[in-house]
Amino acid sequence: MNDALQLPTIEAIVIGASAGGVEALLNLLSPLHEGFVLPIIVVLHLPDARRSQLAEVFARRVSMPVFEAHDKTQIEAGTLYFATPGYHLSVEQDRSFSLSLEDRVHHSRPAIDFLFESAADAYGESLAAVLLTGANRDGANGLAKVKYLGGLTIVQDPDEAQVATMPLAALDVRQPDHILPLRGIGRLLVELERIAC
Amino acid sequence: MERNHSERNSEIELRLLIEAIFLKYSYDFRDYSGASIKRRVQHALGQFECATISALQEKVLHDPTAFMQLLQLLTIPVSEMFRDPSHFLAIRQEVVPLLKTYPSIKIWIAGCSTGEEVYSMAILLREEGLLDRTIIYATDINPRSLDKAKQGIFSMENVRAYTANYQQAGGQRSFADYYTAAYGYAIFDKSLCENVTFADHSLATDSVFSETQLISCRNVLIYFNKKLQDRAFGLFHESLCHRGFLVLGSKETPEFSGFGRQFEPLVKQERIYRKS
Repeated sequence: MNDALQLPTIEAIVIGASAGGVEALLNLLSPLHEGFVLPIIVVLHLPDARRSQLAEVFARRVSMPVFEAHDKTQIEAGTLYFATPGYHLSVEQDRSFSLSLEDRVHHSRPAIDFLFESAADAYGESLAAVLLTGANRDGANGLAKVKYLGGLTIVQDPDEAQVATMPLAALDVRQPDHILPLRGIGRLLVELERIAC
Repeated sequence: MERNHSERNSEIELRLLIEAIFLKYSYDFRDYSGASIKRRVQHALGQFECATISALQEKVLHDPTAFMQLLQLLTIPVSEMFRDPSHFLAIRQEVVPLLKTYPSIKIWIAGCSTGEEVYSMAILLREEGLLDRTIIYATDINPRSLDKAKQGIFSMENVRAYTANYQQAGGQRSFADYYTAAYGYAIFDKSLCENVTFADHSLATDSVFSETQLISCRNVLIYFNKKLQDRAFGLFHESLCHRGFLVLGSKETPEFSGFGRQFEPLVKQERIYRKS
């Protein structure tokens, strides 16, 4: 990372993933070191399941504490959060979570767009947003808004993504700051965390 | 920077719009969760063909009809019958036996939207032999939603999904026994609502109107900030009789509110609480 000096100071990372997302997220997040200080908030589309095992599955594979994002709870440093299936997840101005049951976006609830757009409002330039593999167009508009409000945007290299539709849709809407394979995204996140410390 | 100016402006405009609605129409969205309200207002800009929130404000301030249209967009009714079937099964198994000990029962369904929760509860109570001695108060801030709730007409497409919910919720009959199908709609049995009073009531501005044995308020509190959630829990606490029941949406809890100690879980997983 030779341009490390130009990287911004980030306070939170949001990640969106759909088809192929579990594997991609495990590959991306498992290597993160213990004590990784930035909060990471994930929307992962899943087939409708009222009770998700995501937090349990990831808790065994990553070194950060993992929780489902609860309504009106404050976002804590060094924590990995997953959106609850069936509810949209937003970040409020005071950096707490809120849930809602508005209509599905791109057939999805939670929608990546809602998380990205609201987190962009809350964090502005100190947000990094990552869009991974997926088979629909969710996240493309959200990522554009993150960029518009000065945040850092990263899209998984479509050549590497298990399903390229979602990364390609994002590239179609607005050029992100970085297009990288998972390993490169992982290195970038570590670098962002080093700067934030 | 240009974008920061325009973002800052729209934050100011949003606050002014919410304030204007409160001053003019007494609908109080000031303590709603910001992200969702912001999305709905953004969506409304497109519907009203307004370039800015200020333009929308001018429109609704001077035109009550336009305000009623905006209100529909601000209070998006997304509901279903027997949503979270296991919740209703738990009410049947854990709450109904205790409700049966009361000679007469009053139930408040707060934020009833277009009535799906009301019909679900009424059907459950009828099957348990309690509907005849129960009065249900079904309240909402949106008069059009209340009208729809009163009519009890739902699209067949949705009712098919509700049928599966009903069965999983421990339904004892055929769900079709409760409605007449016509032209793609299901018209629900009017007798279910004989003891239901539909009324305009705001958890943000109104007070308690009756003592109740059970309050159902599902997927309403998530739209409120902590302050307004506390106000609502305060109303529920005041309205409920000694050891009364509070049932909430699948991601709502009094646990972290100012009323954490005033309610104890009866079936925590299903968000069923009792006044301590």
